[in-house]
Amino acid sequence: MNDMNIVERNVTTDTFKITARKVQVYYGEKHAIKDVDVDILDKTVTAFIGPSGCGKSTFLRCINRMNDTIDVARVEGEIKLDGENIYDKRVDPVQLRAKVGMVFQKPNPFPKSIYDNVAYGPRIHGLARNRADLDEIVEKSLRGAALWNEVKDRLQEPGTGLSGGQQQRLCIARAVATAPEVLLMDEPCSALDPIATSQVEELIDQLRKEFSVVIVTHSMQQAARVSQKTAFFHLGNLVEYGDTDDIFTNPQDPRTESYISGRIG
Amino acid sequence: MPVQWILLIVLAIAVLGYVLGRRRALTLVDGDARRLHSRPTYYGWNVALYAAVPALLVLLVWLFAQPMIIERSIDRYIPEDAVSEGQTRGMLLNEVRKVASTLNGAVAQDVLTRPEALTLTMDDSARMDALKAAGQAVLTKPVILDAAQQYMRSTHTGSIWLSIVTLALALGLAAFAWRRTGPEFRARNVVEQVMRAILIGCSTIAIMTTVGIVLSLVFESINFFRLYPWQDFFFGTEWTPSFGGGSELGMLPLLWGTLYISFIALLFAVPVGLFAAIYMSEYASPRVRSFAKPAIEILAGIPTIVYGLFALVTVGPLLRDWISQPLGLGNSGSSVMTAGLVMGVMLIPFVSSLSDDIINSVPQSLRDGSLGLGSTHSETIRQVVLPAALPGIVGAVLLAASRAIGETMIVVLGAGAMAQISGNPFEAMTTITVKIVGQLTGDNDFASPETLVAFALGLTLFVLTLGLNVFALYIVRKYREQYE
Repeated sequence: MNDMNIVERNVTTDTFKITARKVQVYYGEKHAIKDVDVDILDKTVTAFIGPSGCGKSTFLRCINRMNDTIDVARVEGEIKLDGENIYDKRVDPVQLRAKVGMVFQKPNPFPKSIYDNVAYGPRIHGLARNRADLDEIVEKSLRGAALWNEVKDRLQEPGTGLSGGQQQRLCIARAVATAPEVLLMDEPCSALDPIATSQVEELIDQLRKEFSVVIVTHSMQQAARVSQKTAFFHLGNLVEYGDTDDIFTNPQDPRTESYISGRIG
Repeated sequence: MPVQWILLIVLAIAVLGYVLGRRRALTLVDGDARRLHSRPTYYGWNVALYAAVPALLVLLVWLFAQPMIIERSIDRYIPEDAVSEGQTRGMLLNEVRKVASTLNGAVAQDVLTRPEALTLTMDDSARMDALKAAGQAVLTKPVILDAAQQYMRSTHTGSIWLSIVTLALALGLAAFAWRRTGPEFRARNVVEQVMRAILIGCSTIAIMTTVGIVLSLVFESINFFRLYPWQDFFFGTEWTPSFGGGSELGMLPLLWGTLYISFIALLFAVPVGLFAAIYMSEYASPRVRSFAKPAIEILAGIPTIVYGLFALVTVGPLLRDWISQPLGLGNSGSSVMTAGLVMGVMLIPFVSSLSDDIINSVPQSLRDGSLGLGSTHSETIRQVVLPAALPGIVGAVLLAASRAIGETMIVVLGAGAMAQISGNPFEAMTTITVKIVGQLTGDNDFASPETLVAFALGLTLFVLTLGLNVFALYIVRKYREQYE
């Protein structure tokens, strides 16, 4: 496993960005997430791994309250972002989601131009005072998503005309443009080919400088490559959480060991 | 033999052929279906199709051709001097047919035997009285009676030959196909080709019907323009048809009425329908939706004449008493506004139901993406969902527009029949469709411009809606390029 570690492992900060305590999620009768406690560090890539249906995506969607859009979903417990409980009644999920951006499994560019895709968030949240400001945000975000050089001559063309990998990087640029503090990524590479995947992974490592990144992935290699912290979910429980190196080389729980050595999954 | 019997026997032969063909195929390979080229049912279908399709086609063509051929020969049979003043040969032929059917009726009622009917003469008063008593009186000239008897004879011979030919064809081809059945025979390919031909035939019927309708419109319109100058029709602002002659047949007042009423209808239906659709697809809970969507769609099932009554009895007087009279805009219960509003109600389900489906088909991932960026529900709808659904919504609106332009009943009852150009929506006006009905109903001469103008109006209407549909397609295609 060690030879796959491209990323330096030293975690650069010790401030907790997100702290979750006793989080339960129910889908109707189904108890999808059970008693999850987790502390996510700032300026770190945290990977959630686990077999299909283990609840890792569900938990990710709790962090920006995307589960609110599902009628039957119910969340209990406490998730704090910078010490403030995001499930407090006073918190508006709309404002929360501006702070906690999300990139989805399938690239989902809006049916608008590349420029308008990236400018969507800044326009809504009034981040730009004038056109020049907006141009700058768009360029910065596209550069941040390593897409600028490929699209700078065709910003007015539809975002849906890009290739799959470019579309996903466009979605990342779109999320970055809103200037979030946390970036959630739900299997961002599962619809991409290996080359696009490696581009996005490189990008994730870049993003760590500015954001706290939480990534759900099916690929253990990917988790090992991009993350500093890894959480292993199994059947709705958080089984083990720790430094990525430790999880992959020296797992404490037998279930983790079975999973990373490919016996369950 | 009656046609129904021929039909039944042919179908019976086909069913029998199916069973025998399938059995023969299986017998030839000792029941091991895998040694056959095609599945056993295909061998059955092969025989059945050979039995039924050509025989039924012949039957169909024969049924169309026989009356034409017989009438032509009867036509020759009637001497020139039998045609009296003020009559056409067509009218005489009609009479021949009528007498023949009376005689057939008498035979069916056992008043006469068939040979008696064929030898009946006008002087045979006993039989004539018997016919009269049975309610089948024959009152005509001897020449016509002769011709009618000739007609009966020919029809009879024709139908005997028809039975022989079709049944022989069905049996012969079934036997041929049955004999061809064998493990090497590619029955599936044959059956699938025949099925494909049937499918092509059905779509051709739809297309040919359209072509036929357009051609009939075009030819009658050409007749009209021979009698009436086209400039006056297209650019005339007076619509005063009078069958005595000296009519002004300018279509502009009608076109204006059509467009004005449709415009008001769309002005009402598009926002209401679209907002209803947005509520249904984006905000309503599944329970509300499951109740409200069918409730709205009921509107689409109401016959337009009922809407017309609603306009005439309720909306018209209401608008007159509460709006147009107090404001001094008019005294008429029938008005553009009445018809427009009621037509708008009729169009709501068209707009809302189609838009609802289209909005629903916008992928959830787009909504998630927008919500995930911190936009509100309404921002998501306005900036992501609606733009993505726009081509479909435009299509829905244009479909509603062509419905509005072609609508007749609501306009007759709601807007009145006064052809005029006016900007006041509380005045009675009328539309192209209403005037088409007006020009064609009643006893009138199909050679006068007052009647033929209906075809020119119909053609105008057709071009109008066709243009709208083409435009809709253009819009949809243009946006699709941009969005997908």
